[in-house]
Amino acid sequence: MKLLTGNDLKSGLVTWWTGKDWSINIEDAVDVGEEGEAILAAEQEAQRVNSAYIIDGDEDAGTPRPGHIKDRVRALGPTVRPDLTLKPNDASAIDKVV
Amino acid sequence: MYKYDQYDQSIVDARVAEFRDQVERRLAGEITEDQFKPLRLQNGLYLQLHAYMLRVAIPYGTLNSEQMKMLAHIARKYDRDYGHFTTRQNIQYNWIQLDQTPDLLADLASVEMHAIQTSGNCIRNISSDQYAGAAADEVTDPRPWAELLRQWSTFHPEFAHLPRKFKFAVIASEEDRAAMRLHDIGIQLVRNDAGELGARFFVGGGMGRTPMIGPMVRDFVAADDLVSYAEACLRVYNRYGRRDNKYKARIKILVHELGKDEYTRQVEEEFKHIKTLNLDPPKAELERITTFFQDPDYDKSASDDLDLSDPDFAIWVDQNVKTHKQSGYAIANISLKPIGGIPGDATSAQIDVMADLAKEYSFDELRVTHAQNIVLPHVKKSDLYTLWQKLDEAGLATPNLDLISDMIACPGLDYCSLANARSIPVAQKIAQRFSDVGKQKELGELKLKISGCINACGHHHAGHIGILGVDRKGVENYQLSLGGSGAEDVSLAKITGPGFDEDGIVDAVEKATNVYLKEREGDERFVDTYRRVGMAPFKEALYD
Repeated sequence: MKLLTGNDLKSGLVTWWTGKDWSINIEDAVDVGEEGEAILAAEQEAQRVNSAYIIDGDEDAGTPRPGHIKDRVRALGPTVRPDLTLKPNDASAIDKVV
Repeated sequence: MYKYDQYDQSIVDARVAEFRDQVERRLAGEITEDQFKPLRLQNGLYLQLHAYMLRVAIPYGTLNSEQMKMLAHIARKYDRDYGHFTTRQNIQYNWIQLDQTPDLLADLASVEMHAIQTSGNCIRNISSDQYAGAAADEVTDPRPWAELLRQWSTFHPEFAHLPRKFKFAVIASEEDRAAMRLHDIGIQLVRNDAGELGARFFVGGGMGRTPMIGPMVRDFVAADDLVSYAEACLRVYNRYGRRDNKYKARIKILVHELGKDEYTRQVEEEFKHIKTLNLDPPKAELERITTFFQDPDYDKSASDDLDLSDPDFAIWVDQNVKTHKQSGYAIANISLKPIGGIPGDATSAQIDVMADLAKEYSFDELRVTHAQNIVLPHVKKSDLYTLWQKLDEAGLATPNLDLISDMIACPGLDYCSLANARSIPVAQKIAQRFSDVGKQKELGELKLKISGCINACGHHHAGHIGILGVDRKGVENYQLSLGGSGAEDVSLAKITGPGFDEDGIVDAVEKATNVYLKEREGDERFVDTYRRVGMAPFKEALYD
C-alpha cells in the first residue's frame, strides 16, 4: 500500500492522509494507491502540511504500517520516551516499530 | 559574564519582530514553505522527525542563572518539559509549535538570548573551554576573544551565505577540552617567548562524512590581528570553497585539496590586504568586553579542606570535581548521563535546580560542555558537600565524568530526520551494561561517542570508542571504531570491521574493554593501550 505523510504546518506534528483530511494517527491513514501524486500536488497547493511525501507500507492487523523504520518512528514517537509517544500505555508499541 | 549593550539588544529584538511577521505570513499562506524555510532556519527552527525543533544559542557555553531559568521556562511553556543540551554547547527543544515561536524568541530576548545562526551556512555558535576563567592551565580567559568573534560574526554580511556551515572553537590551554582541532577554525591562545598574547590558528578540521584534523596554518597570530586573520581565512574559503557539491563544501575539503601550504599562502596574502583596510575592532571594544569577564569576588581565605568521610560524596568528588585556579574553590561538573537516561537531556525542574545552585554556589554562572554536561565553574570547596546533596536529590549527581557511561550521543533516529539509526537506546544499553561505578572506574577515562548517521553529530570519529549507526536495508546496524580523540592528543578512530546489531554492539563494546583490561600496562588509558597494541587484538576478540 501507499501512504501519504507530512508534518502539520502549525504544530509540526507528523500527519497522515485519511482520504479527505489529515490525522496524527496512522490508524486513520488510507492507501492512496495511484492517486498519491495528485493528492500530494493538491495538498502542497493548500499549504496545510510541510514536506509531504509518499511511502510504501503494508497492513498489520488492520493498521497501516510504514515499510521503513524511520516512518514507523515518525508514526509512533521517540522510542526512548514512551510517555511522549501516541501510545504511552501500550508497552508493545515500541517493539512493533523496531 | 557579557551583558548586551543597546546594539546587541536592538538587533535581537528587531530579529524577533521580523520573524514574527514572517511566521504570520507563512501561516496565512502568503509565503510558501520554500520561501519560508531559509527564514526559519536563520532563526534556528528546523523541521525534524516529529515536530519543529528549535536550537537556542549559548555563546561559548556560558550562561547565568536567569538565562538557565528561562531555558526551563521555555521547556515548560512551549515544549514537553525538557530540553536537550548539544555538542555545540547549545540547547534544543523538540516539540515547538510554529505559531508560538515568535513569543518564545521574545522570551529568550528578554534575557539576552536568541536562536540566530544556529542553522544555515553561516558562522555558528562559537564554542570554547567549559572551564574558561576557572582553569589553572589557561594562559588567559578565552571568553573575551570568543565574545569578540561572536560580535564580529553575528550578521556579518560577507559570511551570511558561506558554501557550508562554519564552526569556531577558542581555547587558551594546552589541554584541549573543546575538540578544537576538529573545527573549521580552531584557535588556541598562547603566549610567545616575549610573553605576548597571540593565537595558533588551525584551519580545516571537522567530523562529518570526511573527518579531518585541522592543520596549523600559523603558529602565532598577534592578538591585535586575531579578527583580521580569521577574516582572511574565511575570505579565501568564501571565494574558493565548493558550492557545487554539498558534501565537498566544508573548508576542510578546500584546505585538503589546495594543500595546507597553498591555502596558507592565500590567507597570508589576503591578510596583508585586510590589514590595509583597518578592519580590526578597536582595542577599546575588546577592553570593554574583557571587563565582563573579570574574576568573581573570591573569598581569598577559603579553605582547601574537604571532608570526604561520606563515601558516595568522595566518589563524586574524585570523578566530577576538577581543580580550580583559586585555592579554596573547585570546578563542579554535573553529569547529564544518569545510567539508562538520555545523554544531554534535562527536565525543566532539573534545569531550574541547576540555575538555583549556580546562583547560590557558583557566582551565578553555568557552562554547557561539548560533552553534553553542565559545569558550575566556581564552587567554594566548603560548599561542595551541600551542593552534591542537592544535586543528588534532583538526580544530577551521577559520578561518571569521562567514564564509559559519560557518552556523547546524538538524538539519532528517535528525533532526527537525517539519522539512519537510533543512538540513544544504544547509549542506554551500554550505560546499563557498565552501570557499576567500580567497573567504570576500573576502565578509567574512556570516551565513547555515538552518532546515528554519517554526519557525526555524536562525534564518533573522536571517540576512544566510536559507534556509527547505519541503515542496512532498512535495519539498524552499528559500526564500531577505536582510537579517536578530540583532545590535545587528537586522532581519528578507525573502523574495526563489519557492524553489529543493537545488542551485538553492546557486546562488542564490552569485548573491546576486556581486551584493554588484559593488555593494559601501568596507567594506560583505553586509547593509550589501543595505540600501543594496535587493532589486531581487538579484531581478534570481536570477530574470531
